[in-house]
Amino acid sequence: MDTQKFADQIRYYTMRELDNLGFGHFGGSLSIVEVLAVLYGKVLNVSPERKDDPDRDYVVLSKGHAGPALYATLFLKGYFDEAFLFSLNQNGTNLPSHPDRIKTPGVDMTTGSLGQGISAATGIAKGNQLLGKENYTFAIVGDGELNEGQCWEAFQFAAHQKLDHLIVLIDDNKKQLDGYTTDICDPFDFVEKMQAFGFNSWRVDGGDVDAIEVALNQAKQMIDKPTAIVLDTVKGQGVPYFEELVDNHHIRPDEAGKAAIKEAIATLAEKIEVNQ
Amino acid sequence: MKDLEMRQVYTKTILALAEKDPKVVALEADLASSMGTSKLKEQLGRRYINVGIMEAEEMGAAAGLAVTGFIPFIHTFAPFATRRSFDQVFLSLGYAQNHAVIVGTDPGVTAEMNGGTHMPFEDLALMRVIPRNHIYEVSDPYQFKAILEYAHTAQGLFYIRTIRKQANPLYTGDEDFSKGYCKLKAGMDGTIFASGIMVAEALQAAHDLEEQGISVQVIDLFRIKPMNEEIVIEAASLGPIVTAENHNVIGGLGSAVAEIVAENQPVKMKRIGVKEQFGQVGRLEHLKEVYGLKADNIFKAMCDLLQ
Repeated sequence: MDTQKFADQIRYYTMRELDNLGFGHFGGSLSIVEVLAVLYGKVLNVSPERKDDPDRDYVVLSKGHAGPALYATLFLKGYFDEAFLFSLNQNGTNLPSHPDRIKTPGVDMTTGSLGQGISAATGIAKGNQLLGKENYTFAIVGDGELNEGQCWEAFQFAAHQKLDHLIVLIDDNKKQLDGYTTDICDPFDFVEKMQAFGFNSWRVDGGDVDAIEVALNQAKQMIDKPTAIVLDTVKGQGVPYFEELVDNHHIRPDEAGKAAIKEAIATLAEKIEVNQ
Repeated sequence: MKDLEMRQVYTKTILALAEKDPKVVALEADLASSMGTSKLKEQLGRRYINVGIMEAEEMGAAAGLAVTGFIPFIHTFAPFATRRSFDQVFLSLGYAQNHAVIVGTDPGVTAEMNGGTHMPFEDLALMRVIPRNHIYEVSDPYQFKAILEYAHTAQGLFYIRTIRKQANPLYTGDEDFSKGYCKLKAGMDGTIFASGIMVAEALQAAHDLEEQGISVQVIDLFRIKPMNEEIVIEAASLGPIVTAENHNVIGGLGSAVAEIVAENQPVKMKRIGVKEQFGQVGRLEHLKEVYGLKADNIFKAMCDLLQ
């Protein structure tokens, strides 16, 4: 399938999930839609039939609050049905805000306390390296998340262990919960920092599925060093209402907001040709 | 075996486990020289991982290794294994239901010259609140080996608290450690429950009480969680209980025993351990005096209860 169309579908179901709940992490979920579309549409060696296959590629969503976008993707890939998708955060659910490896099919690692997923991803990549496997581990990481010191421990470990099958995807959407990253704790240049930490690193337009695909394929060619691709994204990406909203991390929309969300969903539905 | 330092028991046991199981990996955070794990480095090769001075990464990477089917044995000093990396241990290992074995060394006053910064009086309290994990404080080389072997075959998160140096030998290696306790002395008037270095103090106290015509039983209650409730209830029906631990009286062995006693078979108790104090540097015997961790403290507590 066309990757941009897949991205539109992921965006549509992410919005439906969160709209169904009435509130949630819209901003940071939407900014990783394109990279999820490329990963699950083009790059990853995974499938619901082989979800426990040790030779599969692994994905760790370290920025766990973006779980709804991952869930929409896993639903579209056939890991579970629509009813399961819409059970997000309902009482007794197996689909909690933050990913849980025990509860949700297709989730490789439990995350939610920022920084920890990166460490786990280094352990998974190290385990597969020890086993002599050629599979890849992808860690999706938030720019705000990189405030956490543990991330930099993990990067040092990854570089020292030459985890060239670890690919870190930094969602540089420029915002964290309390505002712009440059205002809270200036991250300076992620590419320079990652290179200084012993990674291959470069910046890519995180809204351009073709550019992301090229970057991921390049990253897979790298040897001896792990790779960090800095995705230039927009918080709330692809939904004008959220892109323009300054405080868009966790949204509990008012009436006007709800109407804007309904409209965005209708526009996306038209784009992907589904009947609501 | 009984003459080996506990750190030698660790290395020897992990080597033996790693030899028969290719899934065993050993992680440490720049303490190989302290722990004497150079043989692990030599013989485990790539399955020995020294992450450097980064305990959060040590726990997180262990979780990832467990996800790919490895069984990580992780060691560092007890305060770094628990209070420093608590969220990583709680979430990436405990909550994520990964099988891993953490060995925390130099508990309580045994940190000696490293002093208050390195002196964990709270590690058991922290670890006890992680659901469904297993917690041991070991007192003897044979016991340590048996528990490491069990932790290898079982599932879930293990925390094993141990000194690094030589322990007072208590066992012969023929004991059954599966019940989580060992009765070291019989007695009819009351019970002393102890763990780790306090077992020897408890035995001394029981001996001193015997000379006063008081007969108490001494139980090495080395499995802190899940604690064997039956033995605690049985002891409570016999008479008063004194607990003795090289840890804060809040949240450790004494608390765990008191919770079972209060809910099942109320009886008078006293808890010997550290009370409302931080650690400090000093030699072991001096620190035991300072924090009231001597046989004499146990002796007096039992006498008070029996009055």
